[in-house]
Amino acid sequence: MEKKTFKDAPGNIVFEHRKLSPDDNWGETTTAVTGTSELSISQEEVVGLGKEIQDRTQGFRRYLPLAVGSCVGLLVLATPLVFLLLPALMWPDRLQACGAACEGLFLSISFKLLILLVAVWALFLRPGRACLPRVCVYRAFLTTLTLLLTMSYWLFYGVRILDAQDEDYHGIVQFAVSLVDSQLFVHYLAVVLLELRQLQPCYSVCVIRSTDGETRHYNIGQLSIQRAALSILEYYYRDFPLHNPALLSASKHRAAKHLAGLKVYNGAVEFQALNNSSSRAMVTAAAKRKDTDYYMYVCVRLVVAVEEAFTHVRRMKKEDERATPSDIMDVREAALAIFPSMARALQKYLRTTRRQHCHSMESIQKHLAFCLVNNMSPKAFLEAYLAPGPTLQYGPERWMADQWTLVSEASVTSGIKEGTEFLLRCLDFNLAVTVKGIPYIRLTEEYIDPKSHKFLLLLQSETSV
Amino acid sequence: MSFVPGQPVTAVVQRIEIQKLRQGNNLILGFSIGGGIDQDPGQNPFSEDKTDKGIYVTRITPGGPADVAGLMMGDKIMQVNGWDMTMVTHDKARKRLTKKNEDVVRLLVTRKSLEEAVKHSMGTYHKQ
Repeated sequence: MEKKTFKDAPGNIVFEHRKLSPDDNWGETTTAVTGTSELSISQEEVVGLGKEIQDRTQGFRRYLPLAVGSCVGLLVLATPLVFLLLPALMWPDRLQACGAACEGLFLSISFKLLILLVAVWALFLRPGRACLPRVCVYRAFLTTLTLLLTMSYWLFYGVRILDAQDEDYHGIVQFAVSLVDSQLFVHYLAVVLLELRQLQPCYSVCVIRSTDGETRHYNIGQLSIQRAALSILEYYYRDFPLHNPALLSASKHRAAKHLAGLKVYNGAVEFQALNNSSSRAMVTAAAKRKDTDYYMYVCVRLVVAVEEAFTHVRRMKKEDERATPSDIMDVREAALAIFPSMARALQKYLRTTRRQHCHSMESIQKHLAFCLVNNMSPKAFLEAYLAPGPTLQYGPERWMADQWTLVSEASVTSGIKEGTEFLLRCLDFNLAVTVKGIPYIRLTEEYIDPKSHKFLLLLQSETSV
Repeated sequence: MSFVPGQPVTAVVQRIEIQKLRQGNNLILGFSIGGGIDQDPGQNPFSEDKTDKGIYVTRITPGGPADVAGLMMGDKIMQVNGWDMTMVTHDKARKRLTKKNEDVVRLLVTRKSLEEAVKHSMGTYHKQ
């Protein structure tokens, strides 16, 4: 049963989650309606919703955590102030005057509230960088804890102070200070749970791309599966070379064209069992050599063309100020002027390596202007095109940041453990992730006296007599 | 051929007499030696006991005086003209062999095959 896909603004990663259970009854896996979870919908509405959901959840889901955080934050900040103001408003005449110690507590409250304001903003109110399928358990727990704390203080205040109309203002101020202190401690707990716990690496994950087998290993800390998936995707956008479906289909086509029993993966050749071995092997070897030769030829032509193009343009120096104004150009014009001489060679090269769709004319010209401004050599300019870089290097249309699906057997809010496996599916490829624990290292020490480093000269002479 | 420190060394030896050959201003014997108490015994390829610091024959010039006299590669030199060679430095051994006023050197050498030959002959003797 396919779940709905959320399209979001480019640059934000949006997940959806599909649980692999034998009876994949979608209705059973709805989450409770809390402030920051996705709303539960009945099964019939899913199909219809799938089409329109893209526009509606554009702003809605992204800003829901922010709204909840703001409300709770306002409540938290306003409560101590209300505690202090209400007695002064409701029974001012019977209230004891506030002495020096009490006014010192005002100072303390104001600074603590300021710190709490900044801290709450720093931790909870920043715009999220991703949209995860399930609500973060720790955030929900902390929100609940804060609300519980505030409610119990309100209860106590209402019963013991408002009803009894307590006259000891000093005691009321101390009560308000204790509330702010408790909230600061809850915030400290939030820092530990949300930020510090995942910093210490204790798991090593292995990420394998399904199409070409690119493998990377990373160390991550204790996280839930969805947050681990988020970290891994951020590493993916940094480390993995761009996924190029044209390369795989091209190699398949070429193999089918030459002969059966031969597979080409990104230029490497793998022989399978050949029936008519000798003649087929010769044909294959000849074809491979022809391909390699052609590739070398295109490469060399490209390098020559680029180097020649770069010799036509030079940075203007002091003595050139007397040159004719029509010769002086800014960097964009310079790039446009030398681009045509290398455009053909570059395009031929990109077509040979099946990367012509990754680079548009404007992006090449922009990169050329960038290289000219920073005094880069022709080789530095070419490096961007010789090897596929990380996905982020290319335009947003290649990112597919909203197409990721997390496929997992365990619940995605459970923590990762040794042996956890899950799959991150994009449109036409998957990332298979396996988790292994970092071993418990036992380190012992051995002291070496610096004076104990003594040496003998070992000779083995041979003398002829 | 291993030795126990403090105990006398016993070995089956062969007497070899080499006539030095005059080559220009030098008298040569036609072989190379290795080993000595100042050398690393572990690098000796010919010794059985890798703590043996004796003098060994490492190379023989084919057709030279040593080859003619019957010296073989891997032989351990026990005595030269009566002087002991089991506990000498490498340089001392070289000096004892290349004395300018001597034309002839009489060596006592030992090798594994000698011991085995003796054992074999004693064995056949016992059988008889």
